[in-house]
Amino acid sequence: MNLFSSKNKKIVKDPLMGENPISIHVLGICSALAITTKIDTAVVMTIAVVAVLSISNVVISLLRNNIPNKVRIIIQMSVVASLVIIADQVLKAYMYDMSKLLGVFLALIITNCIVLGRAEAFAMQNSPSKALLDGMGNGLGYGAILIAVAFFRELFGFGSIYGAQVFSDQIYSGGYENNGLMILSPGAFFILGLIVWAHRAYTKVIDKD
Amino acid sequence: MQHYVNIIINSVFIENILLIYFLGMCSFLSISKKVETSIGLGLAVIFVLSITAPANWAINEYLLADGALSWAGLGHINLDFLQFIVFISVIAAMVQLVEMLMDRFSPALYVNLGIFLPLITVNCSILGTSLFLVEREYDLIESTVFGFGSGLGFFLAIVSLATVRKRMRYSNVPPTLRGVGMAMLLTGLISMAFLGFSGISL
Repeated sequence: MNLFSSKNKKIVKDPLMGENPISIHVLGICSALAITTKIDTAVVMTIAVVAVLSISNVVISLLRNNIPNKVRIIIQMSVVASLVIIADQVLKAYMYDMSKLLGVFLALIITNCIVLGRAEAFAMQNSPSKALLDGMGNGLGYGAILIAVAFFRELFGFGSIYGAQVFSDQIYSGGYENNGLMILSPGAFFILGLIVWAHRAYTKVIDKD
Repeated sequence: MQHYVNIIINSVFIENILLIYFLGMCSFLSISKKVETSIGLGLAVIFVLSITAPANWAINEYLLADGALSWAGLGHINLDFLQFIVFISVIAAMVQLVEMLMDRFSPALYVNLGIFLPLITVNCSILGTSLFLVEREYDLIESTVFGFGSGLGFFLAIVSLATVRKRMRYSNVPPTLRGVGMAMLLTGLISMAFLGFSGISL
């Protein structure tokens, strides 16, 4: 099988734009809002979700012919929960400060609808290699929105991009102030709402009501 | 007594699980289209949270936390890395149990709340509450009260969004902003109103 066939490319590319899990399918919003005050937390979260989502997709796809239909949700959930535990332990061991910042939100990858949704909708019907690509694509599509939200919140909330100060002291002494609302929860809702609007206007997806 | 009332006020208004911590957003956005269904989901969340919070507290206190197994002479074992998988299984089992009991003893309630129960297992606010009560080191009564308060906060938030969304039918929203985009902006406004409570000192 050719890894770079157009079909495989489509599996990775679709969730990045037209089938984006957050802005089109509205899955996994909780963490998209909570950990996006700064770009670095968003990046670490993206890496964790891509890892958990790709591995869980592969594992479930390997098991798919042996999972009884009636108990499939609980099996999918235990696979995901075990992977999240591993991710959490790795973060605690190598990036302790970051794991303190992410706090309970790393654990909440378990209940992130994207992971269970892809397991149920894709991995249960497809081969492991395709499931891996689908997991990566959806993880990256999620990450793209996450980093976009974090970019605006950090820029207007702290005046920096990825920790580097953008607005100089001159601007501050000229009367500019950081917008505190961006760091608080309403800022996250507004930014994500506007990004969803922009993305849907571009892809021309319209809700019925 | 005052202490417990404070926990409730804190979890409903000041640190609302949905509007401040963003937990349970998925079902919050998809179920808030109608007021009746949002009331149903809100009640089911209150119910499940008040049961799972003390259950998970007890399991953490006597089985998982560092030194918790000392009653069995195994004080040197620390199982707290198992928290996530055990908590989510307890929640799934509790939800199933509640569903069966409701079906057996109160069919009327089951018809109204039953359809929301399977949704609740994967609602972030349930798992989040269990993790918060470990982080904040609450005791049994505090955890129960905190579970109830979080549920009440969720109920209040989802019913207010549903009522606001009902009003939006009469306004002319740009087509691509309809649905989720608008719901997000409205939630932002409601959340801003709730920030006003953060000045209260308990």
